[in-house]
Amino acid sequence: MDPSPAATRQRGRVVGGADRPRLARHVRLTFDRTRQRHVLLHPETVVVLHGTGAEILQLCDGRRTVAEIVAALAGRYRSVPDDEVRRFLDRLLARRWVELADGPELTDG
Amino acid sequence: MDSPFGLLAELTYRCPLGCAYCSNPLNMADYSDELATDEWRRVLAEARDLGVLQCHLSGGEPLLRRDLVEIVAAAHDLGLYTNLVTSAVGFSRAKAERLRAAGLDHVQVSIQAAEPAASDRIAGTPSFRRKIEAMGRVKELGWPLTVNVVLHRLNIDRVADVLALAEDVGADRLELANTQYYGWAWHNRAALLPSRAQLDAAERVVRAARERLRDRMDVLYVIPDYYSRYPKPCMGGWASRQLTVTPNGDVLPCPAAQSLPLPRASVREHPLAWIWTDAPVMTAFRGTDWMPQPCRGCERREVDFGGCRCQAFQLTGDAARTDPVCHLSPDHDMVARAVEAANGERAGDRPPVARPHLAR
Ligand SMILES: C[S@@+](CC[C@H](N)C(=O)[O-])C[C@H]1O[C@@H](n2cnc3c(N)ncnc32)[C@H](O)[C@@H]1O
Ligand code: SF4
Ligand code: SF4
Repeated sequence: MDPSPAATRQRGRVVGGADRPRLARHVRLTFDRTRQRHVLLHPETVVVLHGTGAEILQLCDGRRTVAEIVAALAGRYRSVPDDEVRRFLDRLLARRWVELADGPELTDG
Repeated sequence: MDSPFGLLAELTYRCPLGCAYCSNPLNMADYSDELATDEWRRVLAEARDLGVLQCHLSGGEPLLRRDLVEIVAAAHDLGLYTNLVTSAVGFSRAKAERLRAAGLDHVQVSIQAAEPAASDRIAGTPSFRRKIEAMGRVKELGWPLTVNVVLHRLNIDRVADVLALAEDVGADRLELANTQYYGWAWHNRAALLPSRAQLDAAERVVRAARERLRDRMDVLYVIPDYYSRYPKPCMGGWASRQLTVTPNGDVLPCPAAQSLPLPRASVREHPLAWIWTDAPVMTAFRGTDWMPQPCRGCERREVDFGGCRCQAFQLTGDAARTDPVCHLSPDHDMVARAVEAANGERAGDRPPVARPHLAR
């Protein structure tokens, strides 16, 4: 399921600390009570999230930068390695499930 | 046993189009006693309780259901991700706005070819222009758009035009689905099965386009299983991730399974949860215990699950045999002969028979 690192590089774009990630509009994050897990919903697939995935994505609102997301998580956990968050977002970016807004802060909802 | 993730809600088999490749069953009249709005509401709620997260509203043409907006709203209120699978005939501006307000998440529009005359010929109805308008409407209202094109002998040579059309309309995803031979497509197989040369050329075009468009559009290519060494992993395994409810309330692992000689299980008679866990139509081929050789001893048995039961039944008369598209199947010559014919001199001699329109 997960794209290989090569596929990520092919996209020509990796996540940087100043990027402001947000979920692509065709993707939805919700909590599934049957499975007691957060899930990412997409027209064809369901991804059941484990670990900190859901918390990372809840912070991806197109306003916070990756650096801010890492800092917010660091407040909750003893260690959330910066590159782990970025690798997670890289993978979702390669699948076009996450989009990046860099530059000026977004104002739309 | 796991909970299902997706529900394919086939709201009606009525349709204003008449695609010769349509996978719908030929005996459409058997499904005319359609579930009422309240019955669908109950089915959706039961599906959600069972763990379903995605709801695909399809048919036939789901827009022919006058209560489509209510059904979408019910699914949305339950927290389901809702996907409308449509030919787009009937997707007026007013209807689109009401569907948007009801919480519809995603729209998939099928089109038959990139060129109006060809598309209308395959659809059996002038519809190309309305489809293009509908695609624009989908984007305007802020939905993600998937364009679906079923590929076959009569349109696959122009797949480059299809890619260009999808790019023009701003599709987020393009599904290029090689015809699966069920329903009318099975009936029309000789006319629809492409040659190897056609497929090779198309695959080259698709690969190049996928590379070029990778940052803008997902291009999905559903492989032509008649030309593959191994079968497709049908539905991720029999009754493992998905379920289908037909217009009259029969529950199936996939829409094609209505053709199998298994006892019916209807939401009108049983709770969905019981059907999922216990009905023979669900348990018959779940897991790997039912498998014959060569699947039983094959290392790919959990990869492709022995292929498609419906295809095995259609070709051999026994749903419990290895899918004949697999080159290891003892019945593979049945597929090989069809492929040979599609590459022979008389291939495509006879035009396909259109699916009858059945719009009320
Ligand atoms: C049966 S149709 C019903 C929805 C709607 N009438 C439409 O055609 O878009 C559901 C989906 O299956 C596709 N489809 C139909 N027949 C098929 C076949 N034989 N093989 C593969 N896909 C098929 C359609 O293009 C459509 O995307
Ligand atoms: S005839 Fe065409 S439009 Fe109608 S249900 Fe079949 S595939 Fe869809
Ligand atoms: S023998 Fe059965 S399990 Fe093995 S590849 Fe063929 S269909 Fe799949």
